[in-house]
Amino acid sequence: MKVSLASAWWAVLRRDLLLSVRRLGELGNPVVFFAAVVSLFPLALGADATLLRSVGPGIVWVGALLATLLSLEGLFRADFEDGSLEQLLLSPHPASVLVSAKILAHWLVTGVPLLLITPLLGVLLNLSPLAQGVLFGGLLLGTPTLSLLGSVAVALTLGLPRGGLLISVLLLPLFAPVLVFGAGAVGSALLEMPVLPYFYMLGAELALAATVVPLATAAALRASLGS
Amino acid sequence: MIAFFSRWASLPAFYRRSGRWIPWLWAAAAGLLVVGTLGGLVLAPVDYQQGDAYRILFVHVPSAWMAMFVYMFMAGASASAFIWHVKLAEILARVSAPLGAAFTALALATGSLWGARMWNTWWVWDARLTSVLLLFFLYLGFMALQAAIEDRRRAARAGAVLALVGVVNIPIIHYSVEWWNTLHQGATVSKFDNPSMTWDMLWPLLTMALGFMVYFAAAVLVRARSEILERERHRRWVIDEVAR
Amino acid sequence: MGPVMRGSMSLTDEALLAAVDLACVRGDRLLFEGLSFALAPGTVLKVEGPNGAGKTSLLRILAGLLRPEAGSVLWRGRDIAACAGDYAADRRYIGHQNGLGLALTARENLRVAAALQGIDGGAVSLDAVLEAVGLPQTGNIPAVRLSSGQRRRLALARLLMGQAGVWILDEPLNALDRYGQALVSRLLTDHLMGDGVAVISTHQALTLPAGVRQQMLTLAVA
Repeated sequence: MKVSLASAWWAVLRRDLLLSVRRLGELGNPVVFFAAVVSLFPLALGADATLLRSVGPGIVWVGALLATLLSLEGLFRADFEDGSLEQLLLSPHPASVLVSAKILAHWLVTGVPLLLITPLLGVLLNLSPLAQGVLFGGLLLGTPTLSLLGSVAVALTLGLPRGGLLISVLLLPLFAPVLVFGAGAVGSALLEMPVLPYFYMLGAELALAATVVPLATAAALRASLGS
Repeated sequence: MIAFFSRWASLPAFYRRSGRWIPWLWAAAAGLLVVGTLGGLVLAPVDYQQGDAYRILFVHVPSAWMAMFVYMFMAGASASAFIWHVKLAEILARVSAPLGAAFTALALATGSLWGARMWNTWWVWDARLTSVLLLFFLYLGFMALQAAIEDRRRAARAGAVLALVGVVNIPIIHYSVEWWNTLHQGATVSKFDNPSMTWDMLWPLLTMALGFMVYFAAAVLVRARSEILERERHRRWVIDEVAR
Repeated sequence: MGPVMRGSMSLTDEALLAAVDLACVRGDRLLFEGLSFALAPGTVLKVEGPNGAGKTSLLRILAGLLRPEAGSVLWRGRDIAACAGDYAADRRYIGHQNGLGLALTARENLRVAAALQGIDGGAVSLDAVLEAVGLPQTGNIPAVRLSSGQRRRLALARLLMGQAGVWILDEPLNALDRYGQALVSRLLTDHLMGDGVAVISTHQALTLPAGVRQQMLTLAVA
């Protein structure tokens, strides 16, 4: 069955990507939201270039966080409603492995577009090339972790009314370390202090999340569907 | 051994047994807290650096300890619920949360009061308080999840997953907040310098901590029993029990 | 208020699928308790009862999706809670929902279903499967453009991919016309003749040949 597990994983990944591509309109929402949120801050704080340069990285990170939160709601919902999620849990393959494919698909469709638009937003906030680079690197390591942690919260709240708000409440403390290390990396770079330790921490958290979270998400899905 | 455990963890047996312990636990908690408070407020010497204001640590420190301990307890109960499918463990995790949240809120409030006395601000973003604040959000999230799910069994199972995810994150959160603090505020991790502890100060502190712990034990048992009755109310043993 | 059994009871050790003392609680209501049965190969269990009696819950428990309040389900003598992976390979469950991605074509849906069931996608001729369930030439049509009866047939097509000893079908005849119902009867008969077992809940009459062993289970609302 080992060969079949890999092909089942690919099949799930391919399926989710196909479904997302065929609902292309929805893909734009998190990106637009991200840009909109980030643009709000200069309106609130004033357009002083020096101020924006110093708070800019934090703003981008919070914006990315909020955009991810927004996009998470759709992660399992459609499959839950049409019964495909049930069939996934019924598979002889370990649910956690199959779920990891779904999470990866989510990041490819949500996280990567956010990443791609970050340089543009950096320009809006007057960030230096160094800050841009560290920001991008941090987000590259951080957004998959956000998708992973988010998947647990979505799985736990499947089918509940006002689940979106509950998801945000659950994820706030869990996202804090990624935010601290990601934004901290840029802050450190601007002070001409080492940046690698921050990236190591982000990488470590991603590695931990990638191995452990799918198990938790699968357990959460079973709990939510077993009712 | 397993037979003993499964008998102990069976809900009717637990219900009856805990009913006998509770009055003693309340009495012990009351005693410990009274003695500890007296010791802290009256008997312990005045700190030469912070004056009388430091006495708030006799409430602040034990409540912060309990805030952490209760979450560990919830996580342990959740793990048991998963590995051995013990219903009692799910229930204990679910009912502990509001108690843990209360301890956390108490820790935050007393921390804030202490800060107000010391530096005239009601809040400081020091590493310890910030960690406790995030722990508070973890508790609130857990309680919000429980409140949102109507099916008790799903709620308990979902709570167990969340508690385990949370407990793995706690050291990460703690560590990241310390990093964050040193980055933005220099070397000192906590503004709350604990006064050097003499035995006169230590024994009230430990007594208070123990009192809080016993209080928690009593409160958890009371809440667990109530939850069991509600959850199993269709079962014959509950009907008999309530009729008595 | 226990369930009512009619029909012959086989010995548990010969049974392909057996339930031992199952109890189910949904939303603080006790639906049933003390439910037991044993199905020897070639037996179909028909589950009947009014809405809300717990038919779907029972089928989900048998499928391993829902954990019972008490009791256990035995597959070839083993508790399914202990061998979930092995059981999953030998079991097919089709619930009320079809489990189809509506934006995917019929063929794409089947390919995913095959992969999920541990079947080598290349070895199965998906077009042949589609023909067998009465959906010829629909391979490239997105499921959203199929009628509800056609979608139900597509969902049932899962049963034709790979071999499974246990079929658990919740209202399989929903949305099917009489040809569709005849299809289900045919599929079931072949499965039972091949020494499989099936548990079916249905409001409608399901005609099976006289030689097939049948048991009936009626759930009542307490």
